[in-house]
Amino acid sequence: MIEFTFWDILRNLLLAARWTVLLSLAAFVGGGVVGMVVLFLRIAKNKWSRRIASGYIALFQGTPLLMQLFLMFFGLPMLGLRIEPWTAAALGLTFFASAYLAEIWRSGVDALPRGQWDAGASLGLHYLQELRLIILPQAFSITRAPTVGFLVQLIKSTALTSIIGFEELVRTSNAINNATFEPFKVYGLVALIFFVMCFPLTQYARALERRAAGH
Amino acid sequence: MGYGLDFGWLAGAAGAIARGAATTILLIVVATLVGTLLSILGAAGRRNGPVLLKRAIGVYVEVMRNTPFLVQLFFIFFGLPSIGIRLDPILAAMLAMTLNMAAYTIEIVGAGLDAVPRGQTEAALALGLRPRQVFVKIVLPQALKVIYPALTSQIIIMMLESAVVSQIAVRELTYEADMLQARTFRAFETYLVVTMVYLVLSMGLRRLLVSGGRRVLGAGVS
Repeated sequence: MIEFTFWDILRNLLLAARWTVLLSLAAFVGGGVVGMVVLFLRIAKNKWSRRIASGYIALFQGTPLLMQLFLMFFGLPMLGLRIEPWTAAALGLTFFASAYLAEIWRSGVDALPRGQWDAGASLGLHYLQELRLIILPQAFSITRAPTVGFLVQLIKSTALTSIIGFEELVRTSNAINNATFEPFKVYGLVALIFFVMCFPLTQYARALERRAAGH
Repeated sequence: MGYGLDFGWLAGAAGAIARGAATTILLIVVATLVGTLLSILGAAGRRNGPVLLKRAIGVYVEVMRNTPFLVQLFFIFFGLPSIGIRLDPILAAMLAMTLNMAAYTIEIVGAGLDAVPRGQTEAALALGLRPRQVFVKIVLPQALKVIYPALTSQIIIMMLESAVVSQIAVRELTYEADMLQARTFRAFETYLVVTMVYLVLSMGLRRLLVSGGRRVLGAGVS
């Protein structure tokens, strides 16, 4: 049997944490891109496109992420795609993130006074120009705090991908725990690593919120 | 590939799904009731308690909010036995959910307490109410009314997050889905059906909480 020292455990956990970070970033960027599309649909003039986008958001916000991951993992192979845990995890979290980000940004768009749209129109801008030059920059800027807050939630959510077999921090910790029988230490360390990743972001989100409340 | 969807197994599985859903509901009811109660004590303690207690509650909230629920669950179920605390899966799940819920609702309840104007407390004290009466009868009801929508959202988030307690073999909805798909080999269909059950549960829970809140607190929730 292999002996694990404290440093062996920590080193292996930190190596696995790379994948947690990478997955979080991939899902945040991917979710941002898909989220933009959902946002466009959600605020479009067409009633049906708004309805479809609301339904999409309600679906992802009303079901457990774990179920969404399972459906990715078991559903994509039925479409003939070979699926690895990494792909299922990244895709699943991307769609999950897109729904939440679209809803956060939409709240920013809704918060802008009607006059911003009117002003854009009176300057002769067409719809897309209005969005790009006037509406979205302001909407992103006032929703920066909840966006960062959601990134924290996303990082924590990557833990669930261990269940569909993606080799990130929690899955590695399960394996180490099975070899060392030191769950208190192992899961304590995992919690600590997550805390170190999330806490600065939480504080940043809080600072943004305070700044927004200040003026 | 010629893979067609097959829902023929569903008739024989309805009982298991219903039992699982009942356990999920039980878990969320316990976590909501105990968690909210704890968070009222926690939020009050964080505002009026001794310095050490204030700081301890602050640390607790930050630790719970910045670590994944799954890790908290594993720590409680696998970690605590090594210091002599051994819990049934279902008790471990209830404990983990309640503690997690409380951390979020301490912040929510706290924000509600801060939103009640100071004059309310002063007026109540001037009428000769004792400090505890002021809190329970004057400040708390107004605070709950303000935070009720946020509390509703948090309860639903927790219900959805409870799916992971299947990982410590609590026989709730997701666990029943895992068992069913192992028996039917129809993983996608099984999880699809169960996902829809979760959707119905979360929409029903929201509707129930909104109408209940209107009746009891007069709180408007959209």
